[in-house]
Amino acid sequence: MSTQIEQEQAEEQAEADAAAETEESHQERRLSEKKARAEAREREEQAREEVREAEDTVEIKVFRYDPEVEGKDEPRFDDFHVPFFKGMTVLDALMYARDHYDSSLTFRHSCRQAVCGSDALFVNGQQRLGCKTQMADLEGPVRIEPLPHQDVVKDLVVDMEHFYEQMHAVEPYFQPDELPEGELEEQRQSPENREKVKMSTRCIWCGACMSSCNIAAGDNEYLGPAAINKAYRFAMDEREGEIKKEDRLEIIEQEHGVWRCQTQFSCTEVCPKDIPLTEHIQELKREAVKSNLKFW
Amino acid sequence: MHEHDVLVVGAGGAGLRAAIAAHEEGADVAMVTKLHPVRSHTGAAEGGINAALHPEDSWELHAYDTMKGSDYLGDAPAVETFAQDARDEVIQLEHWGMPFSREEDGTVSQRPFGGLSHPRTTYAGAETGHHLLHTMYEQVVKRGITVYEEWYVLDLAVSDHDDVEDRECHGVVAYDIASGEIEGFRANDGVILATGGPGQVFDHTTNAVANTGDGYAMAYRAGVPLEDMEFVQFHPTTLPSTGVLISEGVRGEGGILYNEDEERFMFEHGYANNEGELASRDVVSRAELTEVNAGRGIEDEYVHLDMRHLGEERILDRLENILHLAEDFEGVDGLDEPMPVKPGQHYQMGGVECDENGHTCVDGLYAAGETACVSLHGANRLGGNALPELLVYGARAGKHAAGGDMKEAEIQTGPSAESEAGDLDESIQIGAVDTSDESVAADGAAVDAKSIVESEVERQRERVETLLESEGINHAHVRDDVQETMTANVNVFRREEGLKQALEDIREARERYQHVAVSDPSRTYNTDLIHTIETRNILDVAESIAVGALAREEFRGAHWREQYQYRDDENWLKHTLLAWNDGTPRLYYKPVLLEAEKEYEPKERSY
Repeated sequence: MSTQIEQEQAEEQAEADAAAETEESHQERRLSEKKARAEAREREEQAREEVREAEDTVEIKVFRYDPEVEGKDEPRFDDFHVPFFKGMTVLDALMYARDHYDSSLTFRHSCRQAVCGSDALFVNGQQRLGCKTQMADLEGPVRIEPLPHQDVVKDLVVDMEHFYEQMHAVEPYFQPDELPEGELEEQRQSPENREKVKMSTRCIWCGACMSSCNIAAGDNEYLGPAAINKAYRFAMDEREGEIKKEDRLEIIEQEHGVWRCQTQFSCTEVCPKDIPLTEHIQELKREAVKSNLKFW
Repeated sequence: MHEHDVLVVGAGGAGLRAAIAAHEEGADVAMVTKLHPVRSHTGAAEGGINAALHPEDSWELHAYDTMKGSDYLGDAPAVETFAQDARDEVIQLEHWGMPFSREEDGTVSQRPFGGLSHPRTTYAGAETGHHLLHTMYEQVVKRGITVYEEWYVLDLAVSDHDDVEDRECHGVVAYDIASGEIEGFRANDGVILATGGPGQVFDHTTNAVANTGDGYAMAYRAGVPLEDMEFVQFHPTTLPSTGVLISEGVRGEGGILYNEDEERFMFEHGYANNEGELASRDVVSRAELTEVNAGRGIEDEYVHLDMRHLGEERILDRLENILHLAEDFEGVDGLDEPMPVKPGQHYQMGGVECDENGHTCVDGLYAAGETACVSLHGANRLGGNALPELLVYGARAGKHAAGGDMKEAEIQTGPSAESEAGDLDESIQIGAVDTSDESVAADGAAVDAKSIVESEVERQRERVETLLESEGINHAHVRDDVQETMTANVNVFRREEGLKQALEDIREARERYQHVAVSDPSRTYNTDLIHTIETRNILDVAESIAVGALAREEFRGAHWREQYQYRDDENWLKHTLLAWNDGTPRLYYKPVLLEAEKEYEPKERSY
């Protein structure tokens, strides 16, 4: 390693000397590029060294695709070996691979604590959040793919637009009949009612449920578990009035609404926030039936 | 070129609240954000929202607690406006459907929090920020406000007058992450920076990967001074391996801190004989590290936070989220064993200097939320005061930018507010490596708003091209170096030689940054490019924190100096300001305002 660097420095010197007569800035740029290449090699070598020294390493196989880069326009899997540490998550492994081997490795991530919902991935054949999935719990090599049933933008990034559209389709905002008029007066809500909607309000919009749902895969207009859960969150909130509840039931009862659900529980199984999605959908079906009977 | 009345940069709590307020004033408002709004880090806030709602509580008490918590470095007009408006803002949130935790009679619950004289913290489980963020995003959807999501703002378009106070902000230039397109966004009435905190300046932080301090850095380079940047809050209870936050709510509900000898050290070693675990965050963080340094830490690294005695029912009811976090990120069952915790970077008290209406000294440029320094939190923020801040000051900035009718601000901003020049050791080099790159707008002759935005677009296109086409070092090395030196030297305990070392390391990192390049050639979702540009912002923000920390020769709030062990009101009852000054930064001071409707006499801060 060290002799290699000396040799490079000698080369740089020779090149620098030659360039000095022509253009100084050109020379500087070449030099810094050379230096950068040497540093990049050094860092990669350092990573390999860490991998060799680590008692334990893990292998990840990561889906790669970039429509505009030659060699990546055909989907493929790249293998990375990363040093393992106790508590390492799938996201940690991806970040290590990106920062040490290939800075073009692309995935969404932000909070690292399972609340921003950016890093829902398909890990060893199941939808999971990268940041809250322990590498130790997975069988290696760990296969990491983008969420199925969504268009891949690049590597592990999928197009979330359709998911957001469905979320927006259920009037996802609070609409009370009336508000208290007193100064600094809140609406009353019983602790029981708050408990009733609690799980539904935990959704982080990660899209894992939608990706796991066979019905959503076959019917692009199906609202999907997350959007229906959002409707549940408001329909069951006693602070909204009965009239609004009827409107909400109408929205989720439409052709591509709750009745499409075949209670396969796949959404409930993959939800990283443990929201009983299928139960919520079932409960809305019952509410819709009750409400239809009322108006019969 | 896109054109709107008001542009909000960032779509966390402050940005969403600002956009709603501007919309309510009738403005055509758009949000430009590098993350989809619901991905913002406001969603990670756990504990709660302080507001004096109980009849026996009052805004005056809230203001008094906040001022005391600030160690008398808050400005009274900012503190009072905040305490008054916070109540309406919380009720407004409730009216928007926020799922607050409730009492038996259906009213919103309030719990005790550190440094508060009354149980004043409203909350929604231990996931208050998540609910606040989603509730406000719902209101943005309802109003049909335009959101340019996954558009990364590269820089501001500001006129290049010599005097900063003559400058005007006309918009921003942003990069569409999905397509690689660069476009100008013109703002007719104002640009509001609400880009959150700078946690990525440190390597052990509760902040998200996206919290790279973009707003501070952009405002700073446009000429707006950064205020009190040395005041960084280190939260006393973060998980050692990841920095994930364990809410102060745990201590609010009765959680206890123990050292390795199972001593309840907050009392037994006299750190806070009255408040114990519920003393202010800076006090508890220092206590924990003092224990560790004295050899009483567990594995020489952390202490224990025990909540088992609260009982499963109460924990599940009020702190369920904490159980999940401890299990998922530390492998610990909080019902069965104490949780390991240590201090981690959490919040930036300082920020972009602005007044009570969020306005900076550059016309048309605003800041709100953690990005801003009004100054409300002074030397130390109280738990539960960040969320009401982003509501109150987000709303005020949005309303003012949209031309709403508001009282003139009492807080003075800009270089004209200077009361005293600062001086920094001449051996220390800070600022731009090459000042020729640092003019505010590329075209000195540009006068009208449109050409100012256009010339900034050109400048940013060139910058991006250069980064994509040249070969160079990976920004990640530079970022790592900055994070390491900041955590080693500008942490809870600060020593002169360490601070100088940090500034030297940052200088070296700046020089290396001159040679960074992006190796991913793609225009599609190029995160390599985004992270590389963020790292430039990290450099500017890290430097401003270290400069402030070296300049302030006293111990106040979160800022501890080895050589200066007392709060020095005679010499340091003043704000630190650092102005970019086109690449050759200048340090100066302005006085603290301790009088508004009430007068606040600095007292010893004991808990």
